[in-house]
Amino acid sequence: MTTPFSSMLLVLGASFVGSFGAVCLKLGADRLPPGLWGMLRSWRLALGVFLYLLSSVLFVGGLKDGSLTVLYPLVALGYVWTLIWSRLFFREPFNRSKVLGLALILVGVFFIGLGNR
Amino acid sequence: MSDSEADTAPSAQTASTRSILLVFLCTLSGAAAQILMKYGANHLTGAGLLGIITNLPLIAGYVLYGVNTVLMVLALRHGHLSVLYPIVALTYVWVTILSPMFFVDPLNVFKVTGVTLIVFGVSMIGVGSRP
Repeated sequence: MTTPFSSMLLVLGASFVGSFGAVCLKLGADRLPPGLWGMLRSWRLALGVFLYLLSSVLFVGGLKDGSLTVLYPLVALGYVWTLIWSRLFFREPFNRSKVLGLALILVGVFFIGLGNR
Repeated sequence: MSDSEADTAPSAQTASTRSILLVFLCTLSGAAAQILMKYGANHLTGAGLLGIITNLPLIAGYVLYGVNTVLMVLALRHGHLSVLYPIVALTYVWVTILSPMFFVDPLNVFKVTGVTLIVFGVSMIGVGSRP
């Protein structure tokens, strides 16, 4: 099964947008006013949810056609972006366990893509 | 909790046990949401919007996604994004294991290998990031 370039681009875009959704949720969570009402008032959280919704729309469009063996690893790239942003924006340290653990997750997602063919 | 406490608490540790448990719950509810939505999409009766808003599994799936977001935000208050976010990959594990019970979607050697690798990867991040 061939995978259209447009599908790859959509999934890649979705993983990228989704990783910024995670960043916004973290930004919002760090400045959360008390109570559930505080959660609903936070524009950072609202932006995070919006980016998640946007990324899911892109995912649905991208995963419609093409091989999951190709597309699943692109989905999992979202974890790589998020690790980079957490270092860049929140100064969280990289360490060996994070990088190795993430590598195992990526290979694992690739295998699930293979199994879902 | 005061606002100033909420501002300073997250940076004090890499991830609290509570945060890790919250994300763990998040992966379970995320998997349930995905399965419900797939089930709902497979059993759409009405056409268009009416079909969606009268489809109980689909609506339950959406509600669970909302619950999911709240759990994730609560978790992120007391933990590093780089520790908590990769744990979300466990959702793949639950969906892969549970799908054969609800759909014609049998396990195979690739899926079992993938699930095993993800579990090892997530454990490695969790264990290696204890304060």
